[in-house]
Amino acid sequence: MLGRTLQEVSAALKQGQITPVELCQKCLSLIKKTKFLNAYITISEEVALKQAEESEKRYKKGHSLGALDGIPVAVKDNFSTSGIETTCASNMLKGYVPPYNATVVQRLLDQGAVLMGKTNLDEFAMGALGSDTGGSTRNPAAHCGIVGFKPSYGLVSRHGLIPLVNSMDVPGILTRCVDDAATVLGVLAGHDPKDSTTIQDPGKPFMLSSLTDVSKLCIGIPKEYLVPELSSEVRSFWSKAANLFESEGAKVIEVSLPHTSYSIVCYHVLCTSEVASNMARFDGLEYGHRCDIDVSTEAMYAATRREGFNDVVRGRILAGNFFLLKENYANYFIKAQKVRRLIANDFVNVFNSGVDVLLTPTTLSEAVPYLEFIKEDNRTRSAQDDIFTQAVNMAGLPAVSVPVALSNQGLPVGLQFIGRAFCDQQLLTVAKWFEKQVQFPVIQLQELMDDCSSVFEIEKLASVSLKQ
Amino acid sequence: MWARAVLLGHRSWMGWHRGFTSKTDPQGSGRVTAEVIEHLERLALVDFGSQEAVARLEKAIAFADRLRAVDTEGVEPMESVLEDRCLYLRSDNVVEGNCVEELLQNAHRVVEEYFVAPPGNISLPKQDEQQPFSHN
Repeated sequence: MLGRTLQEVSAALKQGQITPVELCQKCLSLIKKTKFLNAYITISEEVALKQAEESEKRYKKGHSLGALDGIPVAVKDNFSTSGIETTCASNMLKGYVPPYNATVVQRLLDQGAVLMGKTNLDEFAMGALGSDTGGSTRNPAAHCGIVGFKPSYGLVSRHGLIPLVNSMDVPGILTRCVDDAATVLGVLAGHDPKDSTTIQDPGKPFMLSSLTDVSKLCIGIPKEYLVPELSSEVRSFWSKAANLFESEGAKVIEVSLPHTSYSIVCYHVLCTSEVASNMARFDGLEYGHRCDIDVSTEAMYAATRREGFNDVVRGRILAGNFFLLKENYANYFIKAQKVRRLIANDFVNVFNSGVDVLLTPTTLSEAVPYLEFIKEDNRTRSAQDDIFTQAVNMAGLPAVSVPVALSNQGLPVGLQFIGRAFCDQQLLTVAKWFEKQVQFPVIQLQELMDDCSSVFEIEKLASVSLKQ
Repeated sequence: MWARAVLLGHRSWMGWHRGFTSKTDPQGSGRVTAEVIEHLERLALVDFGSQEAVARLEKAIAFADRLRAVDTEGVEPMESVLEDRCLYLRSDNVVEGNCVEELLQNAHRVVEEYFVAPPGNISLPKQDEQQPFSHN
């Protein structure tokens, strides 16, 4: 049951094959067994069971709220959850309990979803995995063999999402299949009066149609994405995917996004600048960590922030403040904003030339082992890993990573589709067609659970390396 | 590490900071002078903490300098991808609030309904009185 798609589980709940409480308990059990992965910062067990019980009552009366009723969900720990600690994986917010739910959390709960807990992330979502801001929905999805969807900027409310880069952040959706992503999007999308950067159209649930004929589709392959660092395996999957579309009748053409090579630099300047501003709120006075120094306000602020932020966060704050200095503002910040327009225009030009959807890799390669990963510092890693996903956030476009195959090492690889702004439904429709053609193997969770006992022997090893 | 040293103990402060600039860093651009360090620490309320942090900033600046290669003549800065749309404004009605207790619960120091801050208008200790680059 735990390995099934959202829609399958929802159907099973409706038919009474399993109850919400049973499902919740199975989920909790697996979470406990896999605790060594450190995937959860907070497991909201009591809350989850209570929500599951309420869902069960609704099902018994035949009054389920919809496709998400009783479905276990997890939320990244930079979304505010009322009454549940929200830390952004930072000392700065250790112990912080928001008095409100982020809009997207509220919308999930209103549909009866069961909140299992808050998942781990790099401090303030500034890791080399990126952020919902640079690719951290799509990159992990590609590495883990699931669907990672980033909606168009403005479609989904950011209210309650602790901000990193206000002009680029978007709540992302991670699911087992494209249909599930569409189901969740139907619940989350739509105008929020509490977020003035959401567009004014109200959201409504929708079903993805099943494409049978792709002959009217035009797929663009951006040539600048063919970089030397791209692993030959991923390159080959990308190529095969393009051929697949072509063999089924779609038009597949090479296109150009000339400013691609400046995307990471541009992002680096804009991100650090917005971060410098966004992190200024953390001073220890009204919420979050506060050090014991009482000599003066400035001393307290300084020490609180020294204790509360890690090196990566502090480094970005300092860099951002540098770019925003009066003497640097025009040459760095404004310059980056101009380059951002050029990057966004690249996409506009390509879509205006008749392309419906772009097809690119999501990551340079399969997931890199931890010990190798930590050899490079954070900025270098971000610069490398976000190369395919980042420009999309600058342009505010929708994009989705779909798992395509397992590498020679047996690790998942994904490919990315990029759509026109606010054409999320069309994008997902194409992704769904591709997913059906590719038939990526479903994860065998039962095997995983059976193997967990042998994994406990390496648990110590895992926790040692994670502490570095 | 804070600004008063500029007025009161300039020479000693400069001497101390000189050890932490990156003029000898081959990868750096030499932009992060002692003055810049002091200025940024004051603005950001975050300290560099180590020589590595200074070097990292130098690299970040060198990286950002690559933007100079792009021709942006006649290009307007882009602030938001939604720039062509009208910003939504709510009507000016109070619809929620009255959560004083919940909000005060998150603060460490509270007296009645006040957030309590340490005294303001007190400058930090002079440079040579402080532990430079204290590590946690």
